[in-house]
Amino acid sequence: MLINAVVNGKKVSWEVAKDEMLADTLRNHGLLSVRTGCDTGNCGICTVWVEGKPVLSCSTLSFRVDGKSVTTLEGVSKEAAKFAEILTAEGAEQCGFCSPGLIMNVLALARELKTCGDEEINHYLAGNLCRCTGYMGQLRAVKKYLGVDGR
Amino acid sequence: MRSVGKAAKKIDGMALATGKPSYTEDMVPANALVVKILRSPHAFAKIRSVDTSRAERVEGVECILTYRDVPRVRFTLAGQSYPEPSPYDRLILDPVVRYVGDEVAVVAARDDKAAAEALRKIRVEYEIYPPILDFEQAQNGGAIHPEENLSCNFPIGLQAEKNVASSQTIEAGDFSGELAACAAVVEETYYTQAQAHAMMETYRAFSYLDSQGRLVVVTSTQIPFHVRRQLARALQLPAGKIRVIKPRIGGGFGGKQTGAVEVFAALVTLKTGKPARIVYDRRETFSCTTSRHAMRLKVRMGADTEGYIRALEIVTLSDTGAYGEHAPTVLGCVGEYTLPLYNKTRALRFSGRAVYTNKTPAGALRGYGATQGTFAVESTLNKLAEKMNLDPTEMRLKNIIKEGETYLTGKGVPLGSSSLGRCIEKGKELIGWQEKFPRREAASNKVRGVGMAVAMQGSGIANIDTASAELRLNDDGNITLLLGSTDMGTGSDTILAQMAAEVLRISPEKIIVHAADTDVSPYDPGSYASSTTYVTGNAVLRAAEDLKQKIIARGAAFLEIDPEEAEYDGETVKEAAGKDPATAALEGSGEKGITLAKIAEQSVLGIGRHQLTGQATFGGEVSPPPFVAGFAEVEVDKETGKVELVDYVAVVDCGTVINPNLARIQAEGGIAQGIGMALYEDVKYSEKGKMQTDTFMQYKIPGREDVGRVRIAFEESYEPTGPFGAKSIGEVVINTPPPAIAQAVYNAVGVRVTDLPITAEKVFMGMREIVHK
Amino acid sequence: MFSTRDLLQPETFEQAYETLISRRSNTVLGGCAFLRLGRKKMGTAIDLSKLGLNFIREADHRVEIGAMTTLRDIETSPLLASSFSGLLPRAVRNIVGVQFRNGATVGGSVFSRSGFSDLLTALLVLDCEVTLFHGGTMPLAEFACGAYEKDILTKISLGLDARAAAYQSFRNTTSDFSVLNVAVSCLGGRWLVAVGARPQRARVAVNASEFLSQEGGAETNASAAALLAGAELSFGTNMRATAEFRRALCQVLVKRAVTEVKQCS
Repeated sequence: MLINAVVNGKKVSWEVAKDEMLADTLRNHGLLSVRTGCDTGNCGICTVWVEGKPVLSCSTLSFRVDGKSVTTLEGVSKEAAKFAEILTAEGAEQCGFCSPGLIMNVLALARELKTCGDEEINHYLAGNLCRCTGYMGQLRAVKKYLGVDGR
Repeated sequence: MRSVGKAAKKIDGMALATGKPSYTEDMVPANALVVKILRSPHAFAKIRSVDTSRAERVEGVECILTYRDVPRVRFTLAGQSYPEPSPYDRLILDPVVRYVGDEVAVVAARDDKAAAEALRKIRVEYEIYPPILDFEQAQNGGAIHPEENLSCNFPIGLQAEKNVASSQTIEAGDFSGELAACAAVVEETYYTQAQAHAMMETYRAFSYLDSQGRLVVVTSTQIPFHVRRQLARALQLPAGKIRVIKPRIGGGFGGKQTGAVEVFAALVTLKTGKPARIVYDRRETFSCTTSRHAMRLKVRMGADTEGYIRALEIVTLSDTGAYGEHAPTVLGCVGEYTLPLYNKTRALRFSGRAVYTNKTPAGALRGYGATQGTFAVESTLNKLAEKMNLDPTEMRLKNIIKEGETYLTGKGVPLGSSSLGRCIEKGKELIGWQEKFPRREAASNKVRGVGMAVAMQGSGIANIDTASAELRLNDDGNITLLLGSTDMGTGSDTILAQMAAEVLRISPEKIIVHAADTDVSPYDPGSYASSTTYVTGNAVLRAAEDLKQKIIARGAAFLEIDPEEAEYDGETVKEAAGKDPATAALEGSGEKGITLAKIAEQSVLGIGRHQLTGQATFGGEVSPPPFVAGFAEVEVDKETGKVELVDYVAVVDCGTVINPNLARIQAEGGIAQGIGMALYEDVKYSEKGKMQTDTFMQYKIPGREDVGRVRIAFEESYEPTGPFGAKSIGEVVINTPPPAIAQAVYNAVGVRVTDLPITAEKVFMGMREIVHK
Repeated sequence: MFSTRDLLQPETFEQAYETLISRRSNTVLGGCAFLRLGRKKMGTAIDLSKLGLNFIREADHRVEIGAMTTLRDIETSPLLASSFSGLLPRAVRNIVGVQFRNGATVGGSVFSRSGFSDLLTALLVLDCEVTLFHGGTMPLAEFACGAYEKDILTKISLGLDARAAAYQSFRNTTSDFSVLNVAVSCLGGRWLVAVGARPQRARVAVNASEFLSQEGGAETNASAAALLAGAELSFGTNMRATAEFRRALCQVLVKRAVTEVKQCS
């Protein structure tokens, strides 16, 4: 079936299977920052935005974004690079496999939360697993990016 | 120093962080066949028949391969230097299946859907055998590996008929006598679980034939050279016909020190001549690759009246699952990385067996036996200290091995470096040990406790693993560093570039790192056994020194001066100042110099006619141990048993810190993985032997709300054999959380949990027992 | 990998319902959060996105929540934050992560009546009605005990009363499923205690609720009610905990929730 969506600011008409997941569709169209890490909705690696909200593209049926806007890391590359500079300055990208999903959720957090300390940050990002860093370096980076001391 | 010791960003950091195509799956050719595996639903069975006819008729199916289609040569997937200690007990596809998930058939098809449909249409008849699931009963059951062509490269204590994959004993001194003479003796039995690596990028590879008809395998692996050797044996192909390429790796933790998917993709490419790709899903990654060896460890420890530990015994039973990858060496490391810690002992005894069971195979995982051994030995020491009414930090300070000292089973080799004593002192201060030990009441239902442990590891494998490094001065004045080590996100490519830059006195930006490709890279066993900073680093150091000398010599030749009189500052080679200042002043300082760029340019031209390269191979005669002192503060809910980790302090001696940021993240990440092992990561099997904890939904690695606050401090020592005084850090950091947290929980509520993980339920039941007593 | 042969995005409930019951393998899609878990083969997948079921609206002293409303909408709704002591946002806040909750729907959570559900437990202590296209409107407690019948859940509706409530869950890790969860509410002296993830479906602890309603929620009564709840409900063993531990947890969490309600009412 054909879907019409706005992906990273561009109108697209894509042919998708009825049971195709958004993560596969996006990857098939060359958006390689989108990857998956589990099949259970737990890891958050596949996070993209639909209508500006972070969702799991591995568990979103592609036809459901018909008529909607979809944003991947490629679509917010400038802002992503700004955070990535801080993240890499901490060494907290490590293997980097989970970074795109993390960054999409960090940018969503930055837009959505008015005030945040460590707890709010950690809670908002709870759906982003990472096995390399132990999270502390990511937390330091997020706080620097947001310009908050945290608590 | 200009580069070493600096918190340089990773050279690949921005590309990785911003999702640029860097990993294996990002490079798969568009027309690659999709490879999927049909797996055994039974824990132990013989395949009576396989009917693939219906599956072969599925549109888009290219081939279906079964045990009839593979060589009958057994091999090991363990990534180890040849001759591998692990038994050769695998076939690519075997008529006997030995765990739920063992491979039965390989399907290659045009796309995922066709492959999945073909899998459903293969009919297999099995003769089902009773499985052995309890590793403590394995030696009494029927043989899991009765096959005649199972072999070992050298004796590892294998007794296949008894399901013993390996057995070993190390003994020094009169253990019984010394134990009897001790003023206080404790013993305890511990169980550690089959922890999963849970790297974010699951196993994946693709393969194709190149223009010379050679097999190229691109894979997310820590061990390109070992994979090439495995493939050569398993597929009965000359190694020269195989090329293995490693792109960026999405995490390894030792999982990718064992081959996994490569052989299946390669098999399909060889059979079809076509590119093939295989990507394991999370379930396959959990249940059909490897995990940590689950163990039972019985420890006896005795001390004299003054608190000196005089006798220590560890008896280990290790569950290697259906295959014996890393079985003998992980077992050996239980003792190897715990026995040296306390060197006032007069008798040591270590014995262990690794047994086969019909479960997911075990393999290498960060810590590699040391983690299991540390939990047992450190917990026992904590128990002994309590019994003797000694502060556990004081007891350790009294007993730990110090620089220049030897230990009983250490063949007289003195310890080159250690700041462990300072690590303990510093950790005490940071956690607030004096005020907090052993417990304080918190809120009405809560109590807080502190606990600690120390740990060591090695830096590479002494006298076995060697790494080579090459540096090439390019025509443009930049320098290519060729490596065979495998940065799996740790930043090892970056710190090795920092080392080379330090020696060559150039900016690290001028160094182009290439790793790893078996056609191009110098030999390196790969990144495992905490080897890269130390072993590969030493090779890089020497290769860079080699190149530097050549640069100076060439520069001097161009200047027509004696190399002895030449000076090199990273930018130019010039006549040493001060030799003849009057002449130098007269001639002007610039005239008697030649820039590195000019040397580079002229070396590849008719003038120089010899491109400059530096090369070195290094293999350590020792494996200098890094150390950690870990301190945990927990808050336990007295009504539910819930343990909240409030604070974790780890003070690390990794010798010289080459890159403080990357070292810190290694430590924080390792501690978090250790916290997972201590508190959350539980492995469960069904009665029929199916792993139930095979997703992130059921196997809980810690999330960011579960790790509390982790604080790292460094107490540098200087390792005389290390590059710039450095030792390893990658593995040692995972070892302290299980025993430190266990002791903190014990100090809080009096419950000693000896089988990991320390769940709320175990703590709760323990508290209930105390009340009932 | 799940698969579907056809997809229907109906414009009317009639069309949706007729398709749903026309074949056994036809299924309504919820938030699809768990879709990839199984290997479900659907005949026709029915997507309710075009039926306007994403709403939280106040009408007639009730709040109506559409079936396609996400758990994250519940979590961030100012109306729900200020109703029932913020019970509902608290109940859903630890379900996996923000991204997951942006996908998972109220309809999916309530209709599936899963044992592990946090939302179901919380809703059971409210004046909650469920509206099914075919089955009509009924109290949640009735629906929750019922058998699965093919139908389309269109919305739930909550009486906007001045009820005080509390939610307690015990989890092995913060964003894991509940090992056990408890919701307690009190309105004008009428108490309700519900316990979920036993691991069976959430249920109201009738005896405990009655006891509190008669005796009040003072501290000693809280403990007694907790014991009653532990005794009257059944508990099971699964990967996360044993029945024995769950029963013990039930007593602790009920006591804590009752105490909390007492403090805020």
